Amino acid sequence: MNFVAIKMLVGDRARYLGILMGLTFASLLITQQASIFEGLMARTYGFITDTGLPDIWVMDKKVLMIEDIKPLQDTMLYRVRGVEGVDWAMPLYKGLLKARLDNGSFQTCHVIGLDDATLVGGPGTMVEGRLEDLRRADSVIVDIVGAEGKLARPAEKAGGDKIPIKVGDTLELNDHRAIVVGICRTTRTFQSQPVIYTTYSRATLFAPQERKLLSFVLVKAKAGENQAEVCRRIEAATGLAAYTQQGFKDLTYDYFMKYTGIPINFGIAVLLGFIVGTAIAGQTFFNFTVDNIKYFAALKAMGARDSQLLGMILLQAMIVGAIGWGIGVGAASLFGFLLRDTELSFLLTWKLLVISGCAIMVICTLSALLSIRTVMRAEPAIVFKG
Amino acid sequence: MVETATEIAVSCAGVTKAYGSGQARVTALRGIDLEVRQGELLMLVGPSGCGKTTLISVIAGILDHDDGECRVFGEDLKAMSGSRRTRFRGDNIGFVFQQFNLIPTLTIAENVAVPLLIAGVSRREAVGRGRDLLNRVAIGDRWTALPSKLSGGQQQRVAIARALVHNPRLIVCDEPTSSLDHETGHKVMELMREVAAGDGRSLVVVTHDSRIFEFADRIARMDDGRIVSVTEKA
Ligand SMILES: Nc1ncnc2c1ncn2[C@@H]1O[C@H](COP(=O)(O)OP(=O)(O)OP(=O)(O)O)[C@@H](O)[C@H]1O
Ligand SMILES: [Mg+2]
Repeated sequence: MNFVAIKMLVGDRARYLGILMGLTFASLLITQQASIFEGLMARTYGFITDTGLPDIWVMDKKVLMIEDIKPLQDTMLYRVRGVEGVDWAMPLYKGLLKARLDNGSFQTCHVIGLDDATLVGGPGTMVEGRLEDLRRADSVIVDIVGAEGKLARPAEKAGGDKIPIKVGDTLELNDHRAIVVGICRTTRTFQSQPVIYTTYSRATLFAPQERKLLSFVLVKAKAGENQAEVCRRIEAATGLAAYTQQGFKDLTYDYFMKYTGIPINFGIAVLLGFIVGTAIAGQTFFNFTVDNIKYFAALKAMGARDSQLLGMILLQAMIVGAIGWGIGVGAASLFGFLLRDTELSFLLTWKLLVISGCAIMVICTLSALLSIRTVMRAEPAIVFKG
Repeated sequence: MVETATEIAVSCAGVTKAYGSGQARVTALRGIDLEVRQGELLMLVGPSGCGKTTLISVIAGILDHDDGECRVFGEDLKAMSGSRRTRFRGDNIGFVFQQFNLIPTLTIAENVAVPLLIAGVSRREAVGRGRDLLNRVAIGDRWTALPSKLSGGQQQRVAIARALVHNPRLIVCDEPTSSLDHETGHKVMELMREVAAGDGRSLVVVTHDSRIFEFADRIARMDDGRIVSVTEKA
């Protein structure tokens, strides 16, 4: 009976395409919105992604996420270095400092201070200059978005383009002179401030005098060591919190999930896709069944068991579901691919594929149930009615 | 060999049926006594609304009657469970409808194969046997056509082939010729007699069309929910 079910479905072109369109739309909307959401959420831990080298991040126990800086005493660095299984441990400064622009206005910047000797934790991509140039006096590296945007100099004539900061330009950070030696590219984060990389010692010089300046200790575990185990040892030895890179990303992700309205807003869009998809697909599928009710009734009269009819309808629902899901996911991927070089955040993970697949399956099951009910209730005696 | 009970395919005694309830209640059958013999073609005739369709629905086991008894090949269908009755229909009864009820997206050979597919026969074998039957109703050469490509008479031939393909013992037909012109209807009835009748198979044919009465073994006349007369054809 399977091929009868398939031919009934596919042969009815208009209806078939209608159902597919509904499901494709739902699949597309759900996958696309969820991917944008995931992309945005990945921005929350973009800085951790950029700082790819260390395995483990060590910080104050009360730190809630990457932007939540609770400085440590400098001596903590040496205590972490003493823990068994630690290959190396480097300091990282991360803080907000005011930069004075040429026109006299101030711009708050994210200043990242890297270990003076190794420069561990530097930006992923250099657009201009080299990371090693940070070893020169007063040097800083500015991210390209900041350089072309908030840190750019005003246009020479009114209405003209702003002049981006270039290598060789100078900035003033807390009354200290800084020379731009490079331009880098960083992963987008939720922070709109320009990012400025420099060395740890220079960053502490720029920073207002405070007792504690060490934001994070970045740790590489020895080869073959279990990272979770090393984290536990560091925590035991120092009383600090230590997370694997993924663990720290998760902590940050969870923080944004819990304490911001982002998930709800995207949840609404995803839900909308789900509802609209269910409405269109469910409605057309139901109409399809109702239109075919006399054939289903004839099958019943000719001895088809309820289970056979149920199987036919489920098969039909699964077919349109699988195809609609596939096209929708494909279209969402294409959307993400075509806009890959834009500001759009888009991250399509396999988890999202599973989620959208499940959503489509729920839609199809609901539609099928509605149809099945109608078919089960149909009196076979209607076969003799004109 | 004494064959009395087995010669009767269907026996109805005092069968009543009413639709709806209260004000809207319509009594369709008011006590039907009727026997259908094995191997005969019985025609059921009468004015519109007299209950012909209701009666063959009861006989075919797709509608429950209210009172009285209706036995088909000795079985009381009303007493059967739903799934046993469905199975019984699949094994024993063939249907021919006024509107043919062929599935429009299946080829005619596949349409003919449907009762076999329902019974669990493989697609290959079922469609093969569907083609054989189409040969017997003389449209075997068009077995890959869709129903919509055929004339009404040809479609009714397909429907007859479908009613026969699983070799049922009883075939019920509701107005099989009323959507066909006279000549085509005549040919369809000839086919019914030649191909469908015989092998001890019984046919119950509901019709308005007095021009096909000549094909009946017996004619049962109905009026207002009752059988008013049964005449043997000479
Ligand atoms: N499902 C139903 N609900 C309510 N009343 C019905 C239903 N089916 C039939 N009836 C009524 O029962 C009576 C008998 O109907 P039936 O269809 O058996 O007549 P018929 O002899 O086949 O008529 P026709 O020659 O017009 O096909 C009619 O009065 C009809 O209106
Ligand atoms: Mg009728």
